[in-house]
Amino acid sequence: MVTLKEIKIQFVLLISRQGKVRLTKWYSPYSQKERTKVIRELSGVILTRGPKLCNFVEWRGYKVVYKRYASLYFCMCIDQDDNELEILEIIHHFVEILDRYFGSVCELDLIFNFHKAYYILDELLIAGELQESSKKTVARLIAAQDSLVETAKEQASSISNIIAQATK
Amino acid sequence: MARDLAPEVERLLQFRDPNIRKKAALCSIRIIKKVPDLAENFINPAASLLKEKHHGVLITGVQLCTDLCKVSSEALEYFRKKCTDGLVKTLRDIANSPYAPEYDIAGITDPFLHIRLLRLLRVLGQGDADASDSMNDILAQDVLIANIVATKTESNKNAGNAILYECVETIMSIEDNGGLRVLAINILGRFLSNRDNNIRYVALNMLTKAMTVEAQAVQRHRATILECVKDSDASIRKRALELVYLLVNETNVKPLTKELIDYLEVSDQDFKGDLTAKICSIVERFSPEKIWYIDQMLKVLSEAGNFVKDDVWHALIVVISNASDLHGYTVRALYRALQTSTEQETLVRVAVWCIGEYGDMLVNNVGMLDIEDPITVTESDAVDAVEVAIKRHTSDLTTKSMALIALLKLSSRFPSCSERIREIIVQNKGSLVLELQQRSIEFNSILQKHQNIRSALVERMPVLDEATFSGRRAGSLPAAASTSTGTPHKLPNGIAKPAAAPIADLLDLSSDDAPAPSSSGGDFLQDLLGVDLSPASAPAGTSQPPKAGTDVLLDLLSIGTSPPAQSSSSMSDILSSSQDNKAPLNNLNGLTSLSSLSPTTTSPMMDLLDGFGPSPQKHEENGPTYPSVVAYESSSLRMTFNFSKQPGNPQTTLIQATFTNLSPNAYNDFLFQAAVPKFLQLHLDPASSNTLPASGNGSITQTLKVTNSQHGKRLSY
Repeated sequence: MVTLKEIKIQFVLLISRQGKVRLTKWYSPYSQKERTKVIRELSGVILTRGPKLCNFVEWRGYKVVYKRYASLYFCMCIDQDDNELEILEIIHHFVEILDRYFGSVCELDLIFNFHKAYYILDELLIAGELQESSKKTVARLIAAQDSLVETAKEQASSISNIIAQATK
Repeated sequence: MARDLAPEVERLLQFRDPNIRKKAALCSIRIIKKVPDLAENFINPAASLLKEKHHGVLITGVQLCTDLCKVSSEALEYFRKKCTDGLVKTLRDIANSPYAPEYDIAGITDPFLHIRLLRLLRVLGQGDADASDSMNDILAQDVLIANIVATKTESNKNAGNAILYECVETIMSIEDNGGLRVLAINILGRFLSNRDNNIRYVALNMLTKAMTVEAQAVQRHRATILECVKDSDASIRKRALELVYLLVNETNVKPLTKELIDYLEVSDQDFKGDLTAKICSIVERFSPEKIWYIDQMLKVLSEAGNFVKDDVWHALIVVISNASDLHGYTVRALYRALQTSTEQETLVRVAVWCIGEYGDMLVNNVGMLDIEDPITVTESDAVDAVEVAIKRHTSDLTTKSMALIALLKLSSRFPSCSERIREIIVQNKGSLVLELQQRSIEFNSILQKHQNIRSALVERMPVLDEATFSGRRAGSLPAAASTSTGTPHKLPNGIAKPAAAPIADLLDLSSDDAPAPSSSGGDFLQDLLGVDLSPASAPAGTSQPPKAGTDVLLDLLSIGTSPPAQSSSSMSDILSSSQDNKAPLNNLNGLTSLSSLSPTTTSPMMDLLDGFGPSPQKHEENGPTYPSVVAYESSSLRMTFNFSKQPGNPQTTLIQATFTNLSPNAYNDFLFQAAVPKFLQLHLDPASSNTLPASGNGSITQTLKVTNSQHGKRLSY
């Protein structure tokens, strides 16, 4: 039985300054009810904190490391004993990868291409652990995925073309 | 499922594609966490992952090894032996590697890998001198490099600091000579004075951990840490406060507490709760002397009394009551504090309690200490203070009830104010709160009708037993929650409260063991206990008209003015000895079979509920011979019952009661009474005498005839 404590990153949240949730990823089991509660609680705490304060909030025996980029708050919930500064670096790493992929990323990118943001996060973190420290590798993997999608789309459209022609 | 998939995952750890390998490694982490038995299968493949060149695989491999070490000591041994040197080399390579654009973050090559390597080394080095030794050099070097990076780069110091932080943590946990530790503490000291809040936060965090190994070194940064308690950032404040709490010891408790209390005045509302709790705990743990403890607690109470938990001010009262030489000082200090800050509920409570108890000392300036400024408080001033507390609309029920009791006590301490006190009490007769209404009516009748017993009734509380209190506090935290006097389930006993309520509030009488008090005021407490034990007694008592012309209230209470000579003699009876010279009719145990009561002079009325109750039933079933029973025995009176049955009349039991006086004083007008439930009939024959000579020199016998109308019908009782 995996207790919640043993997982490194409990969850990742992206919250806009208005408190809208842009991305969530849960690495340990939280019921739907708990999730909404967690989000409500944390956005209440984090959004009200001043700009000069430190980026760590202690919450329910965990620590939430957050960082604000433009209008978005990137939050990660970690164990008490983890290295908070490293998590900040991971957040920054994630943002840089997003930035490189979207080309100066903004909130709208994440709203319209939220699935891409999830793919990128999945290449960076899996099961609450960091799996890749190279931006290039992540970018290459995502590009490979994209081209897969492209070919699949092409195939699909060519097949539908054939079907369309055949049924004419 | 983890078991089924484990071999497959294990195979994938050697897969050609690095992307698969790293995912397999992370998957293995989950598997070994779910099924630690499988750990040994993964040791070898994990070790081979450590030789990888691909950073992604290496990171996950290191992570896997770290988790393996945590679940299996076998793995820990294996990695310690086989891999420590390899890891140190990898770390050195990374630390010294030339600029690698793919992994570079702010001048550091792959800080993520770096940190994970350090973490694995930490696990390996913990508790193992050899492994620790082999990593000493690289750690020192690493600290230097990271130091340079962290100070050199302007834009992003975070990566460098993250590594430094991890280094420090590793140094702290491995077996080590002092040199590196000094280095580490110095780094933390520098972190602490950093302007960046994040860095300060992690420094505090790390210092908290370092307290266990290098307490002395941490003490040096005390001043800076104390500053952090006053930071504007809640997270930092919280960390710093926790650290300060650990830093306190006997030598520095005074200055630290002073700082904290000073800060209490200006701190945020939402931080006050935490701060108050910590200060109280510090003061309690380390207070060098009682007067200092009382002083500090008074300050806390007047600053943030509303945040003080119940058990804390209960403890304060216990301490005050134990410090007999400080009673006067305390009550005057409280009186002064009460003049300035009336918003703090707990301050008001403690003050009201003390004024009630030690009001005479307040007025007469008894026990004046040199450090005090003399104040003149008249009797009516003291009453004023309590009156303010009772009239203030923000006072809650507990405070108001305590104030009422204090008034009652003052009425006997200050006879001149008695009439005024009665007026205040009468005003509360119309209170909408049942508890207050009841108390005021009772107190009023005590004031009006029972002048002669009043002074004994409101005697000063016995010294509260510190050991019992702290034991109770440790043992039954939930029980402490029920101390509030207003809880409905205690209302039937409300009648019993006049004398005992403050101690009831304090000691939580709802549980049935209480310390046996030693002074004469204590027997009220015992009486209360006796009442408390049989919750139905109050209704039973009130439904019964007063026999023998006594007040129901008094009977129920079993409070009487006891002749001083005898007051101590029956004190030993823990159950419920009461001494009434007013013919109490008792009937506390209307619910059980037989009760006896013994009015006149002393003769403890006993609670036969427990000891004797079932016996009449028993002998009816048992046959014709019955052993005699010592129905009651105390240091002052012994009562023996002999049972017999008339042949042919099994329903009737003859009880011959023999009374022996064990006390040195003769009892006059000795009268024994008994009560039985409805299905029994009782016939009392006249006693052989009504004078009981002292010291066991004679006895009285009396025959009781008990007829059971339901003989044979109710076997189960």
